[in-house]
Amino acid sequence: MIRLINLTRRYRALTAVNSVSLEIPSNTIYGIIGKSGAGKSTLVRLISLLEAPDSGEVWYGERRVDGLDHDALIAQRRRIGMIFQNFNLFSSRTAAGNVAYPLELSGTPKKDIDRRVAELLEVVGLSGRGDAPISTLSGGQKQRVAIARALAVKPDILFCDEATSALDPQTTRSILNLLKKLQREMNLSIVMITHQMEVVRDACERVAVLDEGRVVEEGAVADIFTEPKSAVTREFLSHLNPMEGVTLSPARSGGASAEGALPELVRWSREGGAYTLRFRGDLTGEPVLSRLARKFSVEFNIRAGGVQNVGETEIGTLVVDITGSDGDVAKALAYLEEEGVIVEETK
Amino acid sequence: MNAFDAFIQLVGSATLQTLAMVALSTTFSLALGFPLGILLCVTDPAGIAPRPALNQVLSRVVNVLRSFPFIILMILLFPLSRIIVGTSIGTVATIVPLSIAAAPFVARIIESALKEVDPGVVQAARAMGSRNRQIIFKVMIPEALPSLVSGVTLTIINLIGYSAMAGAIGGGGLGDLAIRYGYQRFRTDIMIAAVLIILVLVEAIQFAGTRISNKLIAKR
Repeated sequence: MIRLINLTRRYRALTAVNSVSLEIPSNTIYGIIGKSGAGKSTLVRLISLLEAPDSGEVWYGERRVDGLDHDALIAQRRRIGMIFQNFNLFSSRTAAGNVAYPLELSGTPKKDIDRRVAELLEVVGLSGRGDAPISTLSGGQKQRVAIARALAVKPDILFCDEATSALDPQTTRSILNLLKKLQREMNLSIVMITHQMEVVRDACERVAVLDEGRVVEEGAVADIFTEPKSAVTREFLSHLNPMEGVTLSPARSGGASAEGALPELVRWSREGGAYTLRFRGDLTGEPVLSRLARKFSVEFNIRAGGVQNVGETEIGTLVVDITGSDGDVAKALAYLEEEGVIVEETK
Repeated sequence: MNAFDAFIQLVGSATLQTLAMVALSTTFSLALGFPLGILLCVTDPAGIAPRPALNQVLSRVVNVLRSFPFIILMILLFPLSRIIVGTSIGTVATIVPLSIAAAPFVARIIESALKEVDPGVVQAARAMGSRNRQIIFKVMIPEALPSLVSGVTLTIINLIGYSAMAGAIGGGGLGDLAIRYGYQRFRTDIMIAAVLIILVLVEAIQFAGTRISNKLIAKR
């Protein structure tokens, strides 16, 4: 478990991280989401010991790791893995050379390095590409090399700093799937810093929402998705707006079938869709809408719908127009919320 | 000995002197300038081991040395030559001021080549628990190698030019030859030969340097 206690970091007048306390459980994928400037980059630099906090404590398990002396700090960093948005691979080394680097640091014998590098490249799906110069690899392949490099020293913790932000949606999915697989197989604790709600939804079990250097919300991803408490969280969720980038139907979208890249919503109509309704878990089975239509004099027009998996929970989403008198519509919406449906007005 | 043999001997020995001067002063100026360049880069406030005060001092010294006109610097450094090599005249004596004059130039070239290395890559190396020494020698220098090769090429070419100037104050070599024979004794043939050889040397070094640098880049 990683424990942060009242962590604060200032840069002149700016308080980038303001008294952040978090408990990041072991053996999970933990998301930290925030807009740019929310302090998440600073926070990850503090947790990963790249920077020292002005005040506060960082604990890895039972060990306090902020303020370590130089040698202990170097040793501790060698037990952490980290990957980055821009991959940050060594262009002067081949793919294998990059993976070998952390092993060279710790003085691993050459023979062991070669064996371990081959093993790691296989784990990330790049067997046989060891001799490839970095510039010849695609973005997804580069991130795979970076993951192999980060895992070379068998770390307990892997930090991902916007690791998928430079990748297209398809590649993002495949990288997230790889990370999820590695997390399970290697009992890793993964801390994922991101500004993409999709990443949190698809990969994380818990999430902390960061705004202006503070944690404004923290909890299981499914809870945050269905009952966002802070304005920032709601804004993030609205970016997940099903209106955008949705394929018309799976059959017509051609290439979308690769590696779980099914569209999140199936859309029947390009127009309309004033409200997005989200049904959580057990609610997905309830005939809420038909009851509603009977109870109030409103009509529904369903524009799009689908079921999303958020962590272990299923969330049903419907994009609808509701027509009727203003009063009836308002009453209907109030009823929906009473029933536990999350209603978002589409902008 | 006929006139042609004498000509060949004059030009030949002057060329050898120039080559010796350039080779040795390149070696020594790199030996002085390379560590200085690394130091300038790492002690920079944005470097891996920030030491702003030290950086300021080093930077000033380098700037002062670089702003001296070379010929003045040479004269100022004569006493130093006398201490180090026992004389202030001749090819060997010239190597001292040449090396010292070129060292700050080398330092700046090395510094700027190392500063071009992607800070993200350096951060990654640090996150993996690299020591500063490892960041410098295992990451920054290999990453900057093509630029470093270009910088060394430039240094050699500069030193060819400097060595010709050094000839003017008794340093020997092709510059000396061009002045004593070509200019003062109106030997246009020797003047042309000296200039042509310097031209060929510069071209050859530039060609080789560019080639090596390009090869390094192509491998990435």
